[in-house]
Amino acid sequence: MFEGADAVMDASAGYVTEDGRQIGGVLMEMKNITLRFGGVVAIKDISFDIREGEIRAIIGPNGAGKSSMLNIISGFYTPSEGSVWYQGAPRPPMRPYEVARMGVARTFQNIALFEGMTVLDNVMTGRLTKMNAGIANQALWWGKARDEEVANREKVEEIIDFLEIQAIRKTPVGRLPYGLKKRVELARALAAEPSILLLDEPMAGMNVEEKEDMSRFILDVNDEFGTTIALIEHDMGVVMDLSDRVVVMDYGKKIGDGTPDEVRNNQDVIDAYLGVQH
Amino acid sequence: MTLTHTASDALESFPALLERNARLYAAKPAYREKEFGIWQSWTWSETAKEIESLALGLINMGIAEGDYIAIIGRNRPYLYWSMVAAQAVGAIPVPLYQDANAEEMAYVLDHCGARFVIAGDQEQVDKVIDIQDDLHQFEHMIYLDPKGMRKYDHTRLHEYSHVQEQGHAARDELTPELHRRTAKLNYDSTCVMLYTSGTTGKPKGVVLSNRNMIETAKNSSEFDHLKAGDEVLAYLPMAWVGDFIFSIGQAYWTGFCVNCPESPETMMTDLREIGPSYYFAPPRIFETQLTQTMIRMEDAGPTKKKIFDHFMAHARKVGPAILDGKSVSAIDRLKYALGEFMVYGPLKNMLGFGRVRVGYTAGEAIGPEIFDFYRSLGINLKQLYGQTEASVFITQQPDGEVRSDTVGVPSPGVEVRIAENGEVFYRSPGTFVEYYKNAESTADTKDPEGWVATGDAGFFEPSTGHLRIIDRAKDVGQMADGSLFAPKYVENKLKFFPNILEAVVFGAGKDRCTAFINIDLTAVGNWAERNNIAYASYQELAGHPQVLETIQSHVEEVNRSVAQDEMLSGCQIHRFLVLHKELDADDGELTRTRKVRRKIIAEKFADLVGALYDGSPSIYTETEVTYEDGRKGKIRATLEIRDAEVAPVATQKVAAE
Repeated sequence: MFEGADAVMDASAGYVTEDGRQIGGVLMEMKNITLRFGGVVAIKDISFDIREGEIRAIIGPNGAGKSSMLNIISGFYTPSEGSVWYQGAPRPPMRPYEVARMGVARTFQNIALFEGMTVLDNVMTGRLTKMNAGIANQALWWGKARDEEVANREKVEEIIDFLEIQAIRKTPVGRLPYGLKKRVELARALAAEPSILLLDEPMAGMNVEEKEDMSRFILDVNDEFGTTIALIEHDMGVVMDLSDRVVVMDYGKKIGDGTPDEVRNNQDVIDAYLGVQH
Repeated sequence: MTLTHTASDALESFPALLERNARLYAAKPAYREKEFGIWQSWTWSETAKEIESLALGLINMGIAEGDYIAIIGRNRPYLYWSMVAAQAVGAIPVPLYQDANAEEMAYVLDHCGARFVIAGDQEQVDKVIDIQDDLHQFEHMIYLDPKGMRKYDHTRLHEYSHVQEQGHAARDELTPELHRRTAKLNYDSTCVMLYTSGTTGKPKGVVLSNRNMIETAKNSSEFDHLKAGDEVLAYLPMAWVGDFIFSIGQAYWTGFCVNCPESPETMMTDLREIGPSYYFAPPRIFETQLTQTMIRMEDAGPTKKKIFDHFMAHARKVGPAILDGKSVSAIDRLKYALGEFMVYGPLKNMLGFGRVRVGYTAGEAIGPEIFDFYRSLGINLKQLYGQTEASVFITQQPDGEVRSDTVGVPSPGVEVRIAENGEVFYRSPGTFVEYYKNAESTADTKDPEGWVATGDAGFFEPSTGHLRIIDRAKDVGQMADGSLFAPKYVENKLKFFPNILEAVVFGAGKDRCTAFINIDLTAVGNWAERNNIAYASYQELAGHPQVLETIQSHVEEVNRSVAQDEMLSGCQIHRFLVLHKELDADDGELTRTRKVRRKIIAEKFADLVGALYDGSPSIYTETEVTYEDGRKGKIRATLEIRDAEVAPVATQKVAAE
């Protein structure tokens, strides 16, 4: 399994990061995952774990199978072989909404927001799993529906404040620039108060300033809410700065796993990224 | 408990005024701040409690009388409370510009020797941490927003709410000490120390006493009949004297409510929601709002546009007269009323000026078109003239006597005289005590009789008795042929064009005037969009031949207007160039209050100034720029220099007589 500087850790103990954060035990574990689409093997026998409170990156060249991996974690794909262990027990095949209820939230590579709705409404949809008033109540804005909405709005406003998007609260998402849409998507994912947050290329297509902002928010989320974060990212600088541990994939296989420094010096990883002469 | 309340009975300090307000206006709102999407509010009695807890907390942390407490952050009720709490414990609040970089901050913190810093958020905390090793007196920092602060070393760092909680917990032990300290405050105690932005040299710490602030607040509140129940929006830098006088001085004197926006970006929305009845903004803000309104109207449908144009024309004709209470025919009044219903009212509402009873602008000259636009809508916008050393007010315009080219009559209690060289001097209860640790500058500025040199040249109009300011006295110079050179006068005329954001005119000691121009990206960018002109950067747009053509026509129009003025006709602009970058405070070219630093610009762009005078048609230049995060970079450009047509001077009698 994991061979690194912190190799001493076991399932319960966790470790301490360079900047002094205490990382907890294993929250989610991929055990020998293989994913096939017909004859194509997208992921081949991969195992790794995600620990409580850590920022875990999955990197790799295009077509390496990163997004498929994320889709397995989020429950959108069911692995052909192997199993996902969550909070110490194997997770049976589930529908995505069931996974969401278990505390897994995500953002998408190609922003998936409701363009015509305001930022506020979009973020409110993230609270959907927390609302269970009946349809009649909701239609009449009465009783439980009303109390729920007020309570949830409060939570949403905290997130809006946290991500500094007050100024666009009432703006329809369609009118926003790309960088802000990404931030709104993060807000919606946070609104679900996830225990694990999956970010699919949170910095793709951003300029340097937007990347800096986003990095800071990701760190702040991890710091402030203690949310475990798994992210896919192409920008190596960002990945190395943000993450505690990195999984490297290439052609559906795991070719490296460890702290950013270890991964950086791993010959297989260097070859995969820079290419090798045959 | 037999505490003597002599000082507080006499209302000679802000803690005393607070105590009075908590009694008189207990349940009325004192502060509002939009947070989490809702306007949160604090009544005067709640405010008094918050400030008391904080003051006790400060004593608990070991603050001594006479200590300086630096306060850095955007406008938030908590930071206003910090100022009054600092005063209550006998310390002196020193608000700092929040956008100051670490170096500027280091100078001020070191100069005042602040032992304590109260910072708004992580950004400000980081800046102070960066420089703390050079600050010998600095001991503790209190921060307001805990976001991102969890991992910081908290040995010298304290959360605002914790300081309050600890103060509150120790109230039995510390309250007598707090009362003893507060009771000692009188008119001669220092109220606040504010650093001037400094167009030249290092910032100077202006020491203002309670007498300065309270007397000024009282006089100016009476002048404009401000009262409890008025609303202001606090959005200008807390380190600026105007914000202190409006948001603390007048607010505590009259008991009106101070509203803080949710974030700088939401300021316009918050303005609309609050609808202040008393409002201050520098000309730049009025200008931006007008430009935005006009740009939006360009996009409106033809019918709406026609209605708008029709009624605005009518407003320009009769609006100011109606506002001044002059006689206007019944038909015109009726039409104006219809216009109010259809255009002016909704427009004022959109701009957030629906309830403005008194509005002020100051700091820079305001374009007559801009000024008249707001006045014609029925907004009582006036001008005042002031400076930090005067606790703001030197002159202001009374209702009904408002013009765009004067700054009004001396404020109540202020004496003004004009020296022989044209410099304006004043003496008032608001006149500052001294520059901190700078007796030399104090003596240079303030004479033993209390007259203070403003550094501005001006004169009283004989017919109206209103003061007119020409320029900074030190900038007013002579050209090679001895005629008067007043750069600001010409720059202001240039800046009144929406396309021109900033202008710097050169010509002292030379035979003719030349100018640098900065285009306004909003206005010119919008024009480019309409005319299908593609551009990738500010620099590219600034160098576009059609833009240069437009600017040239503006310069020539200004030349024609300058030629009308007998005294200043020599200041016509012969050659100009459009700068390849925006003048920026981060590069030291503007002050934090966005005033042009002439000398620094002339030195920095010496090659460009040279080219303006040696007749070359273009020049290649490299300029170092500082990005917002402090990194430096270089921009390269080849600038075209254009000759502008000069209008013939009307008469040649000029200043020779």
